Amino acid sequence: MTSTLAPAEVEVGQPRGTDAIEHDRPWVVLVWNDPINLMSYVTLVLQKLFGYSKQKATRLMLQVHHEGKAVVASGTREKAEYDVARLHAHGLWATMRQD
Amino acid sequence: MFSHDQRIERTQEGELRLRLPRAERELLGGLPSELRDLLAAAPADPNLRRLFPPAYEDDADEAEYRRLTHADLVGGRRQALRVLQETVDNDRLSPDEAHAWLTALNDLRLVLGTRLDVREETLLCGLDPSESRAPELALYAYLSALQEELVAAFGSRPQGTEDPQSR
Repeated sequence: MTSTLAPAEVEVGQPRGTDAIEHDRPWVVLVWNDPINLMSYVTLVLQKLFGYSKQKATRLMLQVHHEGKAVVASGTREKAEYDVARLHAHGLWATMRQD
Repeated sequence: MFSHDQRIERTQEGELRLRLPRAERELLGGLPSELRDLLAAAPADPNLRRLFPPAYEDDADEAEYRRLTHADLVGGRRQALRVLQETVDNDRLSPDEAHAWLTALNDLRLVLGTRLDVREETLLCGLDPSESRAPELALYAYLSALQEELVAAFGSRPQGTEDPQSR
């Protein structure tokens, strides 16, 4: 499990969207650049939380650093919210939005 | 087996071995309670905002996210600070304790860095001792260097052990 994004998981609970097509659009998890988090720490957190290889985690970290943000995961709304909360627990500046 | 120039080193058992002078441990030991007190007494303090960034742009979604996660996020942070405080004099840290150190140090840096309005270029040109923020900037720089050492030790792979990141 080095480089693929986690597959969409089975829905738990009631869908929140009213429109089935709207609901099926995946959510993406973004990490934003900030001047406090260390580059090495961001890389370590991405490896730890998502099981990414050091190479992939470093590439994402550099994308955050140079472009201001990067999509680090995607999936259902519930999965994205879980991932954002884990990133927040580790102090990263993460947000989510529907793709 | 251990070189003497490395202050933090990963052992064959996956623990971290610390060689930190007493003055550093005393400094570190006093910080967790300050942040724990701030979290308890002034949860809306603007210097804490980087600990709890918004997940959603939509206000209603964000309120629901906060309702679901905020208590757990506070609890996890308090726990990590507690572990740092309780293990600050240890010569070895278990992997869980080392992760708690990383989280607690990062949280301390996030709050201090917010208070100091740290930018990418802050400290690049060294520290001006005449500046009123110099003591806190020095503390911020120290915590950053220590966290860098911990991350490096965590990412190192002692011979004969499995990489813990390859789960």
